[in-house]
Amino acid sequence: MDHVNLLETMLRIRRFEEEVDRLYFAGKTPGQPHSCTGQEAPAAGVCAAMEPGDLLASNHRGEGHLIARGMDLYRLFAEVLGRRDGYSRGKGGAFHIADLSLGILGTTGIVGAGLPIAVGAALATQMRGERQVVVAFFGDGASNQGVFHEALNLAGLWKLPVLFACENNLYGFSVAQSRHQAIKDVAARAESYGFQGEVVDGNAVLDVREAASRAMARIRAGEGPFLLEMKTYRWGGHFGADPGTSYRPPGELERWKERCPIKLYKELLLQRNLMSEDALEEVDDRITAEVEEASRRAQECPEPPLSAAQEDLYLEVQS
Amino acid sequence: MRELTYREAIQEALCQEMRRDPTVFLIGEDIAYLGGPYAVTKGMCEEFTEERVRDTPISESAIIGSAIGASLNGMRPVAEISLCDFLMVCVDQVVNQAAKYRYSTGGSVNLPLVIRTSYGTRGGSGAQHSQDLYAMFLNVPGIKIVLPATPYDAKGMLLASIRDPNPVMFFAHRLLYGLKGPVPEDDYVVPLGKAQVIREGQDLSIVATGKMVHEALAAADKLASDGARAEVVDVRSLAPLDRDTICESVRKTGRALVVDEAPQTGGATAEIGMSIVEGCFDFLDAPVVRLGARDFPVPFNHALTKSNLPDREAIYQSCLQLLGREE
Repeated sequence: MDHVNLLETMLRIRRFEEEVDRLYFAGKTPGQPHSCTGQEAPAAGVCAAMEPGDLLASNHRGEGHLIARGMDLYRLFAEVLGRRDGYSRGKGGAFHIADLSLGILGTTGIVGAGLPIAVGAALATQMRGERQVVVAFFGDGASNQGVFHEALNLAGLWKLPVLFACENNLYGFSVAQSRHQAIKDVAARAESYGFQGEVVDGNAVLDVREAASRAMARIRAGEGPFLLEMKTYRWGGHFGADPGTSYRPPGELERWKERCPIKLYKELLLQRNLMSEDALEEVDDRITAEVEEASRRAQECPEPPLSAAQEDLYLEVQS
Repeated sequence: MRELTYREAIQEALCQEMRRDPTVFLIGEDIAYLGGPYAVTKGMCEEFTEERVRDTPISESAIIGSAIGASLNGMRPVAEISLCDFLMVCVDQVVNQAAKYRYSTGGSVNLPLVIRTSYGTRGGSGAQHSQDLYAMFLNVPGIKIVLPATPYDAKGMLLASIRDPNPVMFFAHRLLYGLKGPVPEDDYVVPLGKAQVIREGQDLSIVATGKMVHEALAAADKLASDGARAEVVDVRSLAPLDRDTICESVRKTGRALVVDEAPQTGGATAEIGMSIVEGCFDFLDAPVVRLGARDFPVPFNHALTKSNLPDREAIYQSCLQLLGREE
């Protein structure tokens, strides 16, 4: 059922990110996790509105997007651990994961860099007369990059089928939105590029899914791009080593935790009699076990062979 | 064989490939109606329409980024950055995105895209419009770099570049656009990663790039009348670099002069020169010599510009010195 899937997806993201953080603090990850804990609803809601053939460009805080789009948890854990069976053979980590069979164009470690890439993928689909939508996730921080301006201008000019999905979590690393841009709503910028923007409560997963569905229907009908801004908040710091406390006012995190997207959705499901307490607990237990099992297996996955360091530079074609 | 200019050869490659392969399209500034700053794509819009010869806003990062995205979604874009100096505006998309995509995703994807640009130093344009900015990309694994010096190679290497399933930067020297040479009408490729001996000799090897190949040939003529036979190697491809062909020549002649038009320090001559030392040390009768431009930004005044550049006379003098050295 749709509503169960949404809950499962958000729980899967939450438990995955919690487990990655645990692995990190246990010294088991080669790199720094960039957790999206607290931001599960934008990923789950937008991806639930996508069709199977649609494409997705993610960013440096992308595990939620990847999980919501159906990536295998074992291979994701393996990649975060730098192991052989990771999506990128242990050679990329979270910043370099792509899987075209799932329509995932890729994550990236450069803020904003995925935006023009999403635009190019949308150009290709438009040139072929297809009806794919390309979703490009980015944050409030990225909306100040020059490449954001270039990408949105081009998409608006050519009416490309891109959903620019902004997860405004109020911070670009340590700098609060009020200190990095003069505006409050990133969605307001859409008008400058000739298309529409909308603001939605990013922690209300049904609102996100509904707004994303409406936007994608318009995009698919050929109306051009759309900018959906989802107000949300990241619970962790920018990355594992950053507790996020040196730059956030006391009480802010607690207030946002009250608005935990999973907590809100569970309450809604109960209120609407869509799921019982027992059913909610069953889903939580099941997903938790699924994530733990995937993590356990990934920790046993071997390292990649050293030869992998010298492979995959170019695709060789036999002439 | 019929002759085409270097410019015509490039256009012919683009047209023939676009007719053959519907996934190929051009994207860049001023390419549709102006035909590009050097008229390379002039008139193509009539046959291929604005759909496939796409003018963009002045947005280099969006040009390269969309080429990447389109190449991930089934197309073979040829993106144009009109002057290589403007590559500096979009270096992130070239270096951090395009060059790393395949390797860092463990081979999950490949990007069949070409970045076509022009280079070549002359007076009257100033420092920001006169550079030869390929050597910096040599230091970035994951992107191929070619610089054909003849119309024949321009067509054949552009066809090879478009068909290559990896990102290729195609550098065309602006002062060679009018150069005429034999170009077959039919389909052919000149493989990337291969240098070529274009003039045989016994006494020394001049290993040159781009327009310096022609300067080297002129110097070789002058040396011939002095009784010295210079072999000229056209590098053609900087990445992958054909060390085998270059070293085979130097092992034969025992002396090497490497010539490139860009500022000398950290330029292509540094990589080629060192490769020669590594591959040919026991065969060398003299130290490897290299010649590039002096290490200054390019000035505006024509005479000042010229005074900092290597040319046939400077090559000739270097060769005389190279030949005059005792063991």
